[in-house]
Amino acid sequence: MSSSQRAITVQNLSKAYRITHNAAKATTMAEALVHRLRKPFQRPTYETFLALDDLSLEINKGSVVGVIGRNGAGKSTFLKILSRITEPTSGRIDLYGRVGSLLEVGTGFHPELTGRENVYLNGQILGMRKREIDASFDAIVDFADVEKFLDTPVKRYSSGMYVRLAFAVAAHLSSEILVVDEVLAVGDAEFQKKCLGKMGDVARSGRTVLFVSHNMSAIGTLCTEAIVLHKGRMAFHGATAAAVSHYNEAGYSQQGSVWERETDRKAGALAVSAVAATLQGSQPNLILNLNVRLESREAHKPAFMAIDLLDSGGVTIMQAIPTLDRFINDAPRHHELEVDVELPPLIPGRYMASIWVGSHNSEVLDWVREIVGFEIENSPTPGRTYPHHPNHGYVVPPSRVRVLDASAAAPTTNPTRPVLQRAVI
Amino acid sequence: MLTSPTATVAAPPKPLLTIEPRSGWVPLNLAEIWQFRDLLMGLAGRDVRLRYRQTALGVSWVVLQPLIAAGLFTFIFGMLAGMPGKKGLPVFVLIYCGMLGYNVFANTLSKAGICLVGNAQLVSKVYFPRMVLPLSTALSTLLDFAVASVILIALMIVYHVHIGWGLLLMPALLAVILILALGVGLWASALTVSYRDVQYVLPVLLQFAMYASPAAYTLSWVNDTLRPKHPHLVAAYMLNPLASLLEAFRWSWLGTGDLHWGWLAYSFAFSVVAFVLGCVAFRRMERRFADVI
Repeated sequence: MSSSQRAITVQNLSKAYRITHNAAKATTMAEALVHRLRKPFQRPTYETFLALDDLSLEINKGSVVGVIGRNGAGKSTFLKILSRITEPTSGRIDLYGRVGSLLEVGTGFHPELTGRENVYLNGQILGMRKREIDASFDAIVDFADVEKFLDTPVKRYSSGMYVRLAFAVAAHLSSEILVVDEVLAVGDAEFQKKCLGKMGDVARSGRTVLFVSHNMSAIGTLCTEAIVLHKGRMAFHGATAAAVSHYNEAGYSQQGSVWERETDRKAGALAVSAVAATLQGSQPNLILNLNVRLESREAHKPAFMAIDLLDSGGVTIMQAIPTLDRFINDAPRHHELEVDVELPPLIPGRYMASIWVGSHNSEVLDWVREIVGFEIENSPTPGRTYPHHPNHGYVVPPSRVRVLDASAAAPTTNPTRPVLQRAVI
Repeated sequence: MLTSPTATVAAPPKPLLTIEPRSGWVPLNLAEIWQFRDLLMGLAGRDVRLRYRQTALGVSWVVLQPLIAAGLFTFIFGMLAGMPGKKGLPVFVLIYCGMLGYNVFANTLSKAGICLVGNAQLVSKVYFPRMVLPLSTALSTLLDFAVASVILIALMIVYHVHIGWGLLLMPALLAVILILALGVGLWASALTVSYRDVQYVLPVLLQFAMYASPAAYTLSWVNDTLRPKHPHLVAAYMLNPLASLLEAFRWSWLGTGDLHWGWLAYSFAFSVVAFVLGCVAFRRMERRFADVI
């Protein structure tokens, strides 16, 4: 197959979501009826929100296309339309091959079923025929490395095994077009490497891959081209390196320090509605001060908050779980919290923060990713002159040297790493 | 800026699939459901495995549940209300057979009603023909039916009931009961996506359907008791499509019952229409599932 053959053509694709205001947002018939009776002449007021706005593009066979964009740019909506989970509002997509999609690792896995049963069920859910699964069963088990536990219910699996098995099934889909959403966000580093390798194999075998990730280095390694989405529109389409730098430089990834939720789509029972970030103090004792406003929309379990700090490439480098005086309850609707994160000695650069609220590590109420950014200008090491580089890590731990044998060397202190009195970590 | 070649190919190949907004009537697309037949079996298999694995008594529940129900209704209708047996058959056998048919309807409908909400994760993360979910509930019901009918066959042997030609009609009746249940179930499942209270309405509806149909009693008892004084009430009773279906179902096994071919034809037609309307409604509401669920 020549590389100039089309795999996907997207023409003027738009997807509008209607956000209903006033009480017309009924979830039971009784609510809908009561509202109708009370205000029979009121038309429900809608606000239209364009998740995708007139998107057009062409993708050739065999290309691996990275899809980049910040939260709410329309990446997930685009993938959902491509995988036929939801319909576009207007426009069309022509697909020149079967589409296999992996929007989540382990969709349809049931904890009570054994590994073997889940492989078959999950494969069938992803659109494989039984004999296709038979044919690649050994390869799947081999990739996931779970032979010994095939007849154990997956609820007894470690989370690593679970994710490996789930990814292995999807990786053996035989569709010509593969759509993958942020699956590398799970699993350990070794597994992520294995997944990247597998996706590289898929790409080299001449199949077309669409790959959404916040991880710019994964995008850079895997993709032959990339598109940047911004507020539902195509902001850039071209070579991967150019797209990544466009994304980084054109300000799409550079978040302001204040963020407010634009629409209430996707929001759960407890939603983060606004965040303001300021840096206080000076290196190496910087404090990231976050003013977080939350809204309880429905009843929810007592919740707590976690803050992920990410580098400018979208890789999470640390997580803070602030100690709470009390859990966030649904009793008052509005909450305003002030969080102080004592930063370790970080190298200069741009960082982003994501805010997560939930009642349990497996029960997410809201997760707003990369919404506020901050920039650290000074080195955490006073007097240091040569520049820092992320290749040597983001944190500069305070260190000191003691001379034990004065005869071995002249007593010197490292000029670039002066002794610090107190560890801040 | 675009890397894609701007020169168009002379004769572009036909796309395998085109995604466009649909409006109005959506074709049923049975071919696609056929493509996903392995998933249909897989989902039914999952339901069955889970049900039999997590319970202490496992398979015996499928048998115990109609046995207990039949025992209770024998007490109420046979002993308290004085419903007569037929052709030397005790009331218990008549009721067990009726409940067997009713359970096919009730189990399919109640499982189909919640199948979309119960699999919300699947619906919002993967594409497959959505109709596979409600259809798969019928398959797992069939297995329960097969297990429970073993008891019926044992009862028939004990009471020396000879299997008649009528049994040939049983699969057709079973199919029509399933079609009726799926017709209502498709509609109910799609509605549950937007309005969760459908799942509270269904059990009430099912209980009503049980008492308004000759499941726990016989149609001949209804005819003997009511027809002389209230002929119109009996006609109204027969408007319930399950009435003649369940009586015919019992007749096909036991060879006894008030079979009225006219009303049976009505029930067949009713079920087919309900199924078609259910499919149409499901397909129309289907496109919003992932956004609303």
